[in-house]
Amino acid sequence: MTQPAATAAVVRLTHVSRTYQAGALEVRALHDLTLEIPPDRFSIVIGASGSGKTTLLNLIGAIDTPSAGVVEVCQQNIAALDDDAVADFRARNIGFIFQTFSLIPVLSAYENVEYPLLLVGMPAPERRRRTLAMLEAVGLAAQAQRQPNELSGGQKQRVAIARALVKQPQLVLADEPTANLDSATGAAIISLMRRVQADSHTTFIFATHDQQLMSHADEIFAIRDGELLEHRQVTA
Amino acid sequence: MIGVLVKIAWRNIVRNRRRSLMTASAVAAGALAMLLFLGYTTYIFLGMETGNVQHLGHLRVFRAGYFLYGAGNPTSYGIDAYRDIMRLIADDPVLKPMIRVLTPTQSLMGIAANYHGDNAASRTFFGEGLVPSDRARMLGWDQYHTGIFHPLDERISDADESRGLVGIGLARILNLCAPLALPDCPPPPAPAHAGEHPGKIDADIAELAGRDAPQGARPPEGAQIDLLAATVGGAPNVVSLTVAGAQPQGAKELDDAYVLMHLALAQQLVYGREEHKVTAIVLQLRDSGYLGAARARLNALFRERHLDLEVRDFAELVPFYGQVIRLFSSIFLFIALVMGMIVLFAVVNTMTMNVMERINEIGTSRAMGVRRGRIRAQFLIEGTLIGLMGTVVGAALAIVIAALVNRSGVTWIPPGNAAAIPLHLDVLGRPLRALGICVGLVLVATAAALLPANRAARLSVVDALRHI
Repeated sequence: MTQPAATAAVVRLTHVSRTYQAGALEVRALHDLTLEIPPDRFSIVIGASGSGKTTLLNLIGAIDTPSAGVVEVCQQNIAALDDDAVADFRARNIGFIFQTFSLIPVLSAYENVEYPLLLVGMPAPERRRRTLAMLEAVGLAAQAQRQPNELSGGQKQRVAIARALVKQPQLVLADEPTANLDSATGAAIISLMRRVQADSHTTFIFATHDQQLMSHADEIFAIRDGELLEHRQVTA
Repeated sequence: MIGVLVKIAWRNIVRNRRRSLMTASAVAAGALAMLLFLGYTTYIFLGMETGNVQHLGHLRVFRAGYFLYGAGNPTSYGIDAYRDIMRLIADDPVLKPMIRVLTPTQSLMGIAANYHGDNAASRTFFGEGLVPSDRARMLGWDQYHTGIFHPLDERISDADESRGLVGIGLARILNLCAPLALPDCPPPPAPAHAGEHPGKIDADIAELAGRDAPQGARPPEGAQIDLLAATVGGAPNVVSLTVAGAQPQGAKELDDAYVLMHLALAQQLVYGREEHKVTAIVLQLRDSGYLGAARARLNALFRERHLDLEVRDFAELVPFYGQVIRLFSSIFLFIALVMGMIVLFAVVNTMTMNVMERINEIGTSRAMGVRRGRIRAQFLIEGTLIGLMGTVVGAALAIVIAALVNRSGVTWIPPGNAAAIPLHLDVLGRPLRALGICVGLVLVATAAALLPANRAARLSVVDALRHI
């Protein structure tokens, strides 16, 4: 089912399985999954709840390890890295956008966006320039000093997008980013991500069960019961 | 990066201000209790040291063997040519700048008797012969500014060798209540087996005392008693002492037996016409910090000159001093342990709650690339800041309370003391100890945060992100 990409894949999974132990039960979240995701694409992973979308994103995001198989992200075999090296890898290469926004509540919008740049040790002037530019890009320059609890759901998700993109990662992973937003705000957020992705040439991987989002996708990966059901390229 | 960790930690403390305040209050209470107790023990220790140094000096030079056996017969342990030895000590270039007072003293025992009036009485006594002006200077020593100062009775002077003081109990026993106008001096009850001549002293003592006394003479001031002792040669000897006053000595045994007299009188009593010696040469140093060096120098000096002398410090002469220090130190340790446990559990509880409430935030940070070590550091910093806040508040409160107590003018009579002294809480009297308490409490708070911090650092990113 997987079609080889023309350029080097930013994500490559080879015979990846992931099982969980839930008490005496062994739960199979992913089974013998092999796929490649090309760079600079807006990819969507769709599937019903429990199909394995989040597990797939966790493996690609290097926050989980496979029970079997090889996960390569940005040409790096994640299993070859120790814990600190994986953390540094994520800090440099991967941005996350979560369903619940997951902003650090004691930091302002500006500080939340700036935080990933601190992790990679960027000098203060460059950090400031990039942070302000990113907040400008997501339309939140005026709200920079607001605390997360002073922002609406849509604004929080914009901050989360800015935070994910500010370090210019190779890969942005978004797990159900519109699930906690009303449809209008969700649509605006999707449009924003699409625009930012086009501007930054970053690879976006989206996990969702919202069929409406498929119209925005360059690549669609349909998952069912932990197996890849279909991979479709919408645009070249 | 450490800056942002501190910022996040501090803002979380403020965010959970009620919980943080309660925990910091526990730390503050611990710091307050420990620092006030430290202030009190410091005051006790320094007060005891001051009292001992004022009366005994820092060091005493004895003839070898006196410390272990001399109490039975102090006169037989007299130091020969003591003036030469004092000169040797006083002129030593190492010791000279350390010494504040260098003075001889003579201990003696004998029988004190009052044969004047109808109620004659006698009692064995323990006496101390000293140079009044030297003792007066010694009583002015106050290195630690404790305010403890009880001057020598001004009626005792170098010029009048016949005057002395007695313990208030001895004054009562010798029927000196009326001449000395002593308070709390009811008439003594009749003894159960009074015999034929109650209140009469032994005839031989009276006869011996009367031999030197001018017939019909009355004491010019105060009261006159006779002191009988055996000379070094074993012959009985008697001198008259004009009792200028009676002073409480702090311990009943001493109160009932103590006689303070001029050194010359004591020497006349125990040495008669033989060479006058002393039982000890007292050194009071300018600073207690010199004690070790001065002692070492004295020992070296005596070894060098082949002098059969030994040196003892005031702590050896007063075992009670060491016992009190050990007692208070063990109480302090107990309080420190209790307070440490309270702080430990309070901080563990708070930090555990903080971790539980921020599991999703921890997962987010880890996903963004924060290392485990930084997650651990963030919670450790939070525990440290809570400990620091509590300690600073506790220390400030301790200083304020101590200042209020010190200004209140409250006095008390410590165990073993005869006179009231001002109550003083010397919180900063031993600054290193005070600093140690503060640093210790902060470290306990940090250590208490370690367990929850480790738990936070070890969280699986996936599980943490899934946590709601």
